[in-house]
Amino acid sequence: MSKLSFFLGCIAPNRYPGIEISTKKVMEKLDVELEDLEGASCCPAPGVFKSFDKTTWLSMASRNITLSEEMGDDLLTICNGCFGSLVDANLMLKKDAALKEDVNKILFEIGHEFKGTQDVRHIIEYLYQEVGVEKIKKAVTTPIDLKVAVHYGCHLVKPTRERHLGSAENPTFFDELVEATGATSVDYEDKMACCGAGGGARTAVLDTTLHMVSNKLDHVIAAGVDCIVDACPFCHLQLDVGQTEIKKKFGKEYGVPVLHYSQLLGLAMGFTPEELGIDLNFVDNSKFIERIRGGAK
Amino acid sequence: MSDTIKTFKTSDLSPEFREEIFEEPGAEKITLCFNCTGCSSGCPMAEQEPEFNIRKFLRMANLGMKDELLNSPYLWYCTTCYKCQERCPQGVKNVDTLLKIRTIAVHNGIMLPAHKKVGQLVFNFGHAVPINDDTKEKRKALGLDEVPPTVHSFPDALDEVKKILHIAGFDEIVAEEEEKK
Repeated sequence: MSKLSFFLGCIAPNRYPGIEISTKKVMEKLDVELEDLEGASCCPAPGVFKSFDKTTWLSMASRNITLSEEMGDDLLTICNGCFGSLVDANLMLKKDAALKEDVNKILFEIGHEFKGTQDVRHIIEYLYQEVGVEKIKKAVTTPIDLKVAVHYGCHLVKPTRERHLGSAENPTFFDELVEATGATSVDYEDKMACCGAGGGARTAVLDTTLHMVSNKLDHVIAAGVDCIVDACPFCHLQLDVGQTEIKKKFGKEYGVPVLHYSQLLGLAMGFTPEELGIDLNFVDNSKFIERIRGGAK
Repeated sequence: MSDTIKTFKTSDLSPEFREEIFEEPGAEKITLCFNCTGCSSGCPMAEQEPEFNIRKFLRMANLGMKDELLNSPYLWYCTTCYKCQERCPQGVKNVDTLLKIRTIAVHNGIMLPAHKKVGQLVFNFGHAVPINDDTKEKRKALGLDEVPPTVHSFPDALDEVKKILHIAGFDEIVAEEEEKK
């Protein structure tokens, strides 16, 4: 059994705990042991904190990584933003001895040391590269007959310089994982488009970013899908809470269910929508849940 | 968009600003830009807000147009999707360079109040998005601990975060004006 330390980040535990519990449930079924990374903080958010001050960003990120090093485990994220921050910080510090020394001077003050012994993993690339599509297919007990709009999000695949996940414009690994559940990944216009939330933009210019996600939702609706499946709680929030904000501000209603991959896989493993927190979105998912119960399988 | 052509004197430009940007590894690659517009034409934010023009911003950076750039409200529109950086035929580090320009703005006291608030949340709680009552209920319903096993459950861990943020001077950066010495 493989073991990973489970880094929660902010939005999953503090807004969408369904993603947290679903990850625990599906990883257990796949023989991957997760141990909570106790005392971890915000990653911190890459676009915002890298924008403010690089030393701050690096010292907070490296503290989180050292917690994982102290447990002797690689660190698992379920969020593209956390992945972007932590994987970049980890690689920078492993490569740059002078930078590592600077950061360790700060970490010394709180009794930690960055050693560079562990890797940072994202649940999607981990499932694809370490668990594998075939093993996931075998773990599926109730194949899900849904048409899915896959949303990769940006920081899972970009910048490609250190990701090694192939094309950033036409990747397929996430679609393969989605189809392993029995679902169909439906192509849609401008599929790789950003949700608009990152870089502090959602905080700075909410309405403009809502127009961005509105474009995305238009394309998803045009493709006739049953739900969106994402890999990041921040995209998840922009796609889900964003729909309620668009309704309020611009009077347009979408009602598209948004699931994190861990939730889709959980359904295919036989967990109920309630056990996975699919009923806890800000958009009302009750019709979708009825359909799942009625056997979208 | 204005039709008037603005002129600048070279004495208005800041070579020091350009040098400061180049402290970011790879940022000097903005000198390789030949204005193909591959970056700005594919930008999802420019589709919504044409005033956000990454190509123009990096050209301004290369010229050392410090004041115009640091005070532009559009500096804060980039979502860091990295599409432009991936596409650049010259290997310009568009996003990394823009983040460095933002950092210079912040260290010059230019920061959006909403961003400052996010910074304060991280300093006070260790989370940019801290727990709330609504989510506590949701966590209980799912059989999770009401509060996650993060800094939220470990006060010593939060103290560690506060200490490193203080050493890095971040508490000063996000402090309200009246709190600053």
